[in-house]
Amino acid sequence: MSVTDRVRPQGQSIDEEKPGNRDVRRLAFSQQVSKWDVKLSPYLYISPFFLLFALTGLFPLLYTGWVSLHNWNLIGGQGKFIGFENFGFVLGQPYFWNAVGNTLSIFLLSSVPQVVLALLIAAVLDANLRAKTFWRMGVLVPFVVAPVAVGLIFNNLFADQFGLVNEFLGLLGLDPVRWHSDQFASHVAIATMVNFRWIGYNALIFLAAMQAIPRDVFEAATIDGAGRVRQFLSVTVPMLRPTVIFVAITSTIGGLQIFDEPRVFDQSGLGGADRQWQTLTMYIWELGWGQRNFGRASAVAWLLFLMIVLIALVNFLLTRRIANQGGRK
Amino acid sequence: MSSIPMIRQTAGKGAAKAAAKRPNPRAGRPRNRGGAGDIRRPGPLTYGALGAVLLASLFPLYWSFLVGSHDSTALSRGIPLLPGGNFLENAAKVFDSIPFWKAMGNSILVSTVTSASVVIFSTLAGFAFAKLRFRGSKGLLVFVIATMAVPTQLGVVPLFIVMAKLGWTGTLWAVIIPGIVTAFGVFWMTQYLRDALPDELIEAVRMDGASMIQAFWYVGFPAARPAAAMLALFTFVATWTNFFWPFIVLDPSNPTLPVALQLLQAAHFVDYSVVLAGAVLATIPLLLLFIAAGRQLVSGIMQGAVKG
Repeated sequence: MSVTDRVRPQGQSIDEEKPGNRDVRRLAFSQQVSKWDVKLSPYLYISPFFLLFALTGLFPLLYTGWVSLHNWNLIGGQGKFIGFENFGFVLGQPYFWNAVGNTLSIFLLSSVPQVVLALLIAAVLDANLRAKTFWRMGVLVPFVVAPVAVGLIFNNLFADQFGLVNEFLGLLGLDPVRWHSDQFASHVAIATMVNFRWIGYNALIFLAAMQAIPRDVFEAATIDGAGRVRQFLSVTVPMLRPTVIFVAITSTIGGLQIFDEPRVFDQSGLGGADRQWQTLTMYIWELGWGQRNFGRASAVAWLLFLMIVLIALVNFLLTRRIANQGGRK
Repeated sequence: MSSIPMIRQTAGKGAAKAAAKRPNPRAGRPRNRGGAGDIRRPGPLTYGALGAVLLASLFPLYWSFLVGSHDSTALSRGIPLLPGGNFLENAAKVFDSIPFWKAMGNSILVSTVTSASVVIFSTLAGFAFAKLRFRGSKGLLVFVIATMAVPTQLGVVPLFIVMAKLGWTGTLWAVIIPGIVTAFGVFWMTQYLRDALPDELIEAVRMDGASMIQAFWYVGFPAARPAAAMLALFTFVATWTNFFWPFIVLDPSNPTLPVALQLLQAAHFVDYSVVLAGAVLATIPLLLLFIAAGRQLVSGIMQGAVKG
């Protein structure tokens, strides 16, 4: 009786071949382990993201709703349940509506020129340039400057007295602008900071999308007699539709939560003497950490959340329509 | 497992090959396409426009250095055109008024740890989503992508409450932990590994008896290296420049750089030559990073755009 077939799957009966027997069992065990390895590993590998999102993303967002229904103090903690009183209070505050207006105004002043200028710069970068990488890197420099640093620098550039921008306006024979007291002017200054940091970044995104447009489309347009400008408006822009939508949505989500730049636009950080440039996120900070009222801060956070969802949706529909029309012309 | 070094090499090569296959939109069309299909090089007008854009992106930094190298009264005497000799003096004032070096150390620590953990966890998850078969993988990936649109910053109040309960407010843990893995990272690595890592390679190491984690470590991770480097870069920049959450949860005595920087302006009398010297000092590390790796940042943004 020769036992050459050592790895026979069926467990052998009482045999004098003890080592062989052990081998079989070990193999079965390692197969078992391997089976679980295959089954469980994927879930194990993706679990960090889901755990973290649950703990630091989803739970806080939902719990914000819970906090907003209570008297809740930064120091004292949870107070009694008061229903929608915080929402009622906040919605009755002029500062809330002021912050809504400021946020929307700064958002519009930054997002629209940002997309338009980024598209134009991308079109220029798409030319057959010498030293391509140099130019591309050049437009990206502002991206590595922290928004707080950008804010401090532009705060100085837009200073009401001795500011470079006002000096320049003076050279042109124009009156100085009161960047830090006039509401609209302050929004322009803050939007400029946002645009400064993000235009180059978005231009590179558009550039990549432009280069993915098949070349024959342009050839056809050239044969049809379309000039450069016409090609840009009627071919390039419509073909970039998905990218424009992507940029518009991301800039909505980020832009409506703007905090850093307006926060450092003056010393006090509350958005000016009359809250000329206080945004909703700044208002959340003022309620929560300035006035220590977490309940009211959470109510504003929820309202801002709804606003973002709503505007992202409108933005999506709008961008789609504009891009579609461009294609039809 | 003697074949591992060989496989690692192959993985590297496979990855390189796949990387070469990645969308290179210029390939397949004549190199010299100017704008809309003409062969000419662009004229001076184009370079002029680009020069203006470049000037606009560099000028604020130059201005910052300009003001930061003069004394506080220089601006009222007229606009300086050339840097003055006061930068070191202003820098010394910066170090006196804020815990600059502590903030710099904190920023380096937080950004490095965050980048490393984002890369590891995102690559693991990307490996699973791109290459392993498991129930619900499609739905879960869609969920990951959807979370990118969730403005999680609005959960600051409860996040602060949690951190206070854990006793982490004022510590760097509070800044590091919420950022250790991102939806963007997972999505980015999934997209990359799908093309860059041939299935056969994983099968081959599995046949050789490698466990899943070994397959990841010897084949998955090496293949992911180029994308992982880019992800690390972006995470580093994003973490370094992040302000809102660190500002809320950290003490002014133990800040990150942006948090410390805004303290310069919080005083009653603001000396702009000092504030802007501080802005320059805080930007230098990222500028150095940009000089070393700006090329990768550019191609990272452009690849992300094509994919996303």
